[in-house]
Amino acid sequence: MTAAELAEALEQRVPGGVTQHADGADMPTLVVPVDKLLEVCRELRDGHGKNFLSAVSAVDFLGRGEEVAGYFGTERGRDLNSPGSWGAPHTVLSPPTRFCVSYHLAHVDGDGSPPQRVRVQVMVEDGEDVPSVVPIWPTADWHEREQWDMMGVRFAGHPNLKRLLMPSDWDGHPLRKDYPIGGEPVQFTDAV
Amino acid sequence: MSTTDQGLASERAPAPVVPLYTPCAIPPGAPSKVDPPVGEDLITVNFGPNHPSTHGVLRLIVTLDGEVVVGLDADIGYVHTGFEKNFEQKTYWKGIPYAPRMDYLGFFSNELAYVGAVEKLIEIQVPERAQWIRTLFAELNRLHSHLVYLGTSGVELGAMSAFFYCLRERDSVLDLFEMVTGVRMHDRYPQFGGVFEDLPKGFYAECKRFCQEMPKRIDSYLDLLAGNPIWKGRLKGIGTIDAETAIAMGLSGPNLRASGVAYDLRRNDPYLAYDKLDFEVVTGQKGDCYDRFLCRTMEMYESVKIIDQCLEGMPSGPVMADDRKYVLPPRAELHTSMESLIHHFKLVTEGFRVPAGQVYTAVESPRGEFGCYLVSDGSPKPWRVHFRAPSFVSLQVTGMMSVNRYVADMIAVVGSLDGVMGEVDR
Repeated sequence: MTAAELAEALEQRVPGGVTQHADGADMPTLVVPVDKLLEVCRELRDGHGKNFLSAVSAVDFLGRGEEVAGYFGTERGRDLNSPGSWGAPHTVLSPPTRFCVSYHLAHVDGDGSPPQRVRVQVMVEDGEDVPSVVPIWPTADWHEREQWDMMGVRFAGHPNLKRLLMPSDWDGHPLRKDYPIGGEPVQFTDAV
Repeated sequence: MSTTDQGLASERAPAPVVPLYTPCAIPPGAPSKVDPPVGEDLITVNFGPNHPSTHGVLRLIVTLDGEVVVGLDADIGYVHTGFEKNFEQKTYWKGIPYAPRMDYLGFFSNELAYVGAVEKLIEIQVPERAQWIRTLFAELNRLHSHLVYLGTSGVELGAMSAFFYCLRERDSVLDLFEMVTGVRMHDRYPQFGGVFEDLPKGFYAECKRFCQEMPKRIDSYLDLLAGNPIWKGRLKGIGTIDAETAIAMGLSGPNLRASGVAYDLRRNDPYLAYDKLDFEVVTGQKGDCYDRFLCRTMEMYESVKIIDQCLEGMPSGPVMADDRKYVLPPRAELHTSMESLIHHFKLVTEGFRVPAGQVYTAVESPRGEFGCYLVSDGSPKPWRVHFRAPSFVSLQVTGMMSVNRYVADMIAVVGSLDGVMGEVDR
């Protein structure tokens, strides 16, 4: 099923559920408004057999739309003088917001059918909540906790939204583009 | 046991233990965690982070009623090393050596997922022979991972001898890796556009000998374990999960197939040369620890079959794509060709630019669906790399599988899920 067909089928069940769609190199991509996410996901699971959530991935697009894009170190984003940036213009999907959360869905069946993957994306600003999909796919529990921990995207309605990989008292979210590499505070200095 | 102990034990109602083969259910609240009941006699124990049975540094916060687990929460992140952040700081080709260090037992699949994602974005054609070589090594690697699983989960249950046999064969696998790549693990063998070098002389004979020997060795593991009453007693009926719950919890690989779902990316979504090979997708029926053990062990036979077919059917030809924008020129050309030297210099220092876009690739690693989500902004460094680690997902069911069973069963459950903490924490 192409992205256009899928978007059309979803539009009938969830009006206004898909704002953008594209056929990627790997799978169709649907961009969904945050307030329609749960409805669309439920429809994809029940109506289109997407019973398997592969991954939840958040991406930080700090510095989007500017000549040079966010990297590590400066508030403005990527430092032109840091090795490796070469001032490359930032061109990813020209996201309208800072964060993009992608849900990679698949159809898992024992009858040998292909996974028929779909990517559902929501765009959110810093501090904006994304509804949790744990009620739809319970496996999202740790996925969402990891993204909260690493990216600072908050999932509203998650039953146990705590840090997962970093220590519970950690400051900041390490995978954000403005979180400096090598800039973490020295631990255990008080314990000596 | 003293009389006082007996007196104490009789005052309290015995903790409930679910019967064998009872399928576990997703607990209310957070699915990955089982909240303990409120009770006076309960004690909370830290199991791990450093414990011989935790497969690395996994901390389970276990609430016990006597010897029965009534609450469980897993604490991970002890080996979190920020792989994904590191990828963003490196040019694409410098990322390859990072990939195998996540799942250090199924290292080759990690490389395949990452390399495959980049290859999809730069739209490079991998030569046929390189695909077959990759397939061969992916299966050798699966053997390696399953052998370590069988050995270590055996040790955890007290089956010490299996460990030595498994590690002996694991060494033969690593010898084959060493012969081709020069190192035993973390080989950096797949490159964008193919593999680093062709197979060396003598590899065919060595690998053929291994393929003839290995099935007999797997027979002996089954002789040693499959019918062993203690082994069966420890594994049968423990940690049972039905197909529907397994899919909802995102299990994949042998953990899912043990519940009877014949879902294998090598068959359902063929990549590399898998569509040209003849192999079975091994499934279990009950989804308990014993089925997971059997699934992995029987999969080893299939892997040997695939390796044998790869050796026989491997086409000849180049092992690297001929695209100088992405692939290093042959070493010898650097002495005679200025263009080659320039390409070499550019590729090593600046790296190549990857067209902006996003891609998700998944491979069937020994532990299940290993996925790589890659976002490129058109520069020589990835904008974002995210890995879908199968053992990260499968560890979530530890709680629901272990609850209302004995501590000893929890050990069997953790072992049978075959988590690799390097991959869980990344």
